[in-house]
Amino acid sequence: MDVAKAHEAEAHGGTHVVSLPTLALTLAALLVLTWVTYAVTWFDLGALNLFAALAIAGLKATLVALYFMHLRWDRPMNGVILLVSLGLLILFLGFAMVDTETYLPERIPGYAPEIRR
Amino acid sequence: MSTSERTLGIAPAHVPPGNALGKENYLNHDRGLLSWLFTLDHKRIGVLYLVSILTAFLLGGIFALLIRTELLYPGKQLMDADTYNEMFTLHGAIMIFLFIIPGIPAALGNFVLPLMLGAKDVAFPKLNLLSWWLWMTGAFMAVTAILTGGVDTGWTFYTPYSTTTGTNVVMMVAGVFVLGFSSIFTGLNFIVTIHKLRPRGMGWFNMPLMLWGLYATAIIQVLATPVLGITLLLLIMERVMGIGIFDSRLGGDPVLFQHFFWFYSHPAVYIMILPAMGVISELISTFSRKHIFGYKFIAWSSIAIAAFSFLVWGHHMFTSGQSELVTMVFSALTFSVSIPSAVKVFNWLATMYRGRIQLETPMLYALSFLFLFSIGGLTGLFLGALATDIHLHDTYFVVAHFHYVMFGGTVIAFLGALHYWWPKITGRMYAENPGRVACALIFVGFNLTFFTQFIMGAKGMPRRYFDYLPEYHPYHMASSIGSYIMAVGFFLIAGYLAHSLFRGRPAPANPWGSNSLEWRTPSPPPHDNFKETPEAGDPYDYTDLVWDDAIGGYVRRAGAPATP
Amino acid sequence: MTEAVSTGHGERAHPDFLQHHFDTPEQQFTSGKLGMWLFLATEVLLFAGLFCAYAVYRGIHPEIFEYAHRFLDKSLGATNTVILLCSSFTMAWAVRSSQLGKRGLTAALLALTILGGIGFMSIKYVEYHHKWKVGLLWGTHYHPSAEAMEGHGAPEDTAAGVAHQDETDAAESAAAAEPPAAGPQLPDLSGLPAGVEPTNVPHGAVGPEGTIAERPAEVLPVGEEEVKNVHIFFGIYFLMTGLHGIHVLVGMGLIGWVLRRTLRGDFGPEYYTPVDLVGLYWHLVDLIWIFLFPLLYLIH
Repeated sequence: MDVAKAHEAEAHGGTHVVSLPTLALTLAALLVLTWVTYAVTWFDLGALNLFAALAIAGLKATLVALYFMHLRWDRPMNGVILLVSLGLLILFLGFAMVDTETYLPERIPGYAPEIRR
Repeated sequence: MSTSERTLGIAPAHVPPGNALGKENYLNHDRGLLSWLFTLDHKRIGVLYLVSILTAFLLGGIFALLIRTELLYPGKQLMDADTYNEMFTLHGAIMIFLFIIPGIPAALGNFVLPLMLGAKDVAFPKLNLLSWWLWMTGAFMAVTAILTGGVDTGWTFYTPYSTTTGTNVVMMVAGVFVLGFSSIFTGLNFIVTIHKLRPRGMGWFNMPLMLWGLYATAIIQVLATPVLGITLLLLIMERVMGIGIFDSRLGGDPVLFQHFFWFYSHPAVYIMILPAMGVISELISTFSRKHIFGYKFIAWSSIAIAAFSFLVWGHHMFTSGQSELVTMVFSALTFSVSIPSAVKVFNWLATMYRGRIQLETPMLYALSFLFLFSIGGLTGLFLGALATDIHLHDTYFVVAHFHYVMFGGTVIAFLGALHYWWPKITGRMYAENPGRVACALIFVGFNLTFFTQFIMGAKGMPRRYFDYLPEYHPYHMASSIGSYIMAVGFFLIAGYLAHSLFRGRPAPANPWGSNSLEWRTPSPPPHDNFKETPEAGDPYDYTDLVWDDAIGGYVRRAGAPATP
Repeated sequence: MTEAVSTGHGERAHPDFLQHHFDTPEQQFTSGKLGMWLFLATEVLLFAGLFCAYAVYRGIHPEIFEYAHRFLDKSLGATNTVILLCSSFTMAWAVRSSQLGKRGLTAALLALTILGGIGFMSIKYVEYHHKWKVGLLWGTHYHPSAEAMEGHGAPEDTAAGVAHQDETDAAESAAAAEPPAAGPQLPDLSGLPAGVEPTNVPHGAVGPEGTIAERPAEVLPVGEEEVKNVHIFFGIYFLMTGLHGIHVLVGMGLIGWVLRRTLRGDFGPEYYTPVDLVGLYWHLVDLIWIFLFPLLYLIH
């Protein structure tokens, strides 16, 4: 155990050894949040349901990234890369959604001639 | 000694000190075909890539000449309309996915990037080799697609046509999917290499601008290409399984495909041009014997172009049914890209101002680049403006515009870079005078080919048409003749470069007098790149480099310190 | 190669695991990590396309998603979420024990992680198999059997479900689901002769091979008229979970490879990079599922 402690203190090669309680707490938080996201569907919050689901998922993802993926102790660049990719995802979704919603009235609802009814 | 004489084909007395042809170098470090095919040496992988992409360029060029010959006169000349559709599709797909995108980064970038950093290799040599093998796999699949039914969708694979045509779209698209991974791995490697393998003393703003160009390119390769991957995967799913996301007959939305496609493919345009801009920064400064003007502006404008490149994809969809709101936003954003591009051009001009300009072949290509890229860039503004785009979209004006940027920009810069680093890659000098003649032929031929297309397009000649009205005949005729002139230029280049491989004058370590690190090692470089890691200084400081007639290259002035 | 031989171009001796072009183990480790994060960014953007397809169709047709998600088994999805979270925990623990040089514990934790992957894929198989059996598939393969409809979306239920939403939402959904002729901004299609589709693929564009063949009309279960194009949901569902499933399989393979190397004794406190990088990959797979679960199973 002494050897382990020494290694933890030294944080070899500039990396951090995450303590077991931290990992366990993260898992516990993730499981609780999973239950919350499940439970929130019992209530009708209108459009807020989607936002609640996404917010909880975002929180869970943040926990995974920070503790399981070591981003909290890692070089900032790695976190920046993740954030940039998420930023591009939002940009992509944003423009595509704004566009399709705007030209939606010009489309024929339910038009799908190959689908036989 | 006899071995070196035989391999060199000249008397040893003529070999300058910086030449390593007879000594240990990366070319003779290992022998045999397998030592090439499974090499982990970035220089050899660069050469593998160079040979591969030039083969693809030849193939794409033959398709281009067939297209131009078909259009020499109205009506059918060589092929029927369906074959013509396949021809322009294959020309576009091969030139873009197999040649231009890997052209400068994967071939020349692979060779020079670690050398410019004073490093022994890229960060992940095995990934680098995998990238080339993926390229070969993708190329093989593309050729298979050509041989088994061809593809006639245009290189953009637009739905709904690509989901309904009977040609072998799936194989081609799968090939491009694989090529995408090849591109991602190259970009990933470059980013990590530039981050982690810079030598001591080389900060971000001491890097040669070529590296900034490659870095910005790599960012786009890594961040945009995956979206192309999923787009193509969805297209395959659409055809194979009828998944119904892009297919309007199944309730899908074909315009969404264009969003998906251009989210990658507009940034991809900058994958093609950014490394070219990096090359031009090197060429202009070196051959003006003058420090680059506005280093930080050029460096940051590369990053700015990479960032803006993600914000403008909708300008390919102005007439596709995209909503008016988004159209206006994209038009406005499109104009913003011209700012960093113009920053670069003005900085290059300011670098040349009062420089000692030397008109060697690479510099001639750099000057051609300035001229042609400016035309290409400015005509882009015509197309970015909504009102004029309605008139000009899908005409030869668009064809001419992107050829001025892609060919007049990227290919011209690629040729300049090829000549510039040829002595370093092969250890031989090419013949200067044929080089200048070939450059002139290509410049004249190119303008004849594509400037006429601007006029045709403005007069309303639609692109991708098999036939045309007689009133366009003079323009098509001139355009085709121009393409033949270009072809002559290319065969001339192939001739004297091949000749130089065997009979060229052995190159000194630094034939052009550049101060970046790749010129501090012998030509061709040894397997480990540098005997000892060089100290990095200002890559654009030429004060200590003087021409030595005996060597036929530049040497560091006696008594000058290794770094200023 | 000759990496093991210290060739004298570094100042310090090269350990076995250090590749020749790196100066220090730290440089190699941080390079690997940066490379992995870049690769993870490409993975995020690969999935971005599917998330975009999801968002676009959910944005314009919320009723499809509201209706179709009821065919998914929430408890199976939740179980899978828990399994994946736990396997992420064992993976993170495995990285820790590998950093501390506990070879036996690392191997056990990696094996547990693989077990989690197997559990996840087994449940996924059960779900897929059920949907295959009852015809809840994509595109033209969407033919839900009576068994599938049982207890799920009877048409009245659907209408009621939509009405539960707030006023504007319901109005929008209803408008989107209405037949063409009723919409105020729609082109007038009544002038067309009977049987002519308003926009259709021109005959010239249909090639001889690879063309989607005309299919005979089939009788569909009652209630299908209410919510149109439900197959789009299943197309997106199978694409998203399918691509994610492929990533789980790849991750299990990678963990198996790392497990083998751990047992061989390749890793220790000095060098555990592959364990760390494979761990990052596995966590990303988890991270994507964290979003897929509420987006596909828990629509309200």
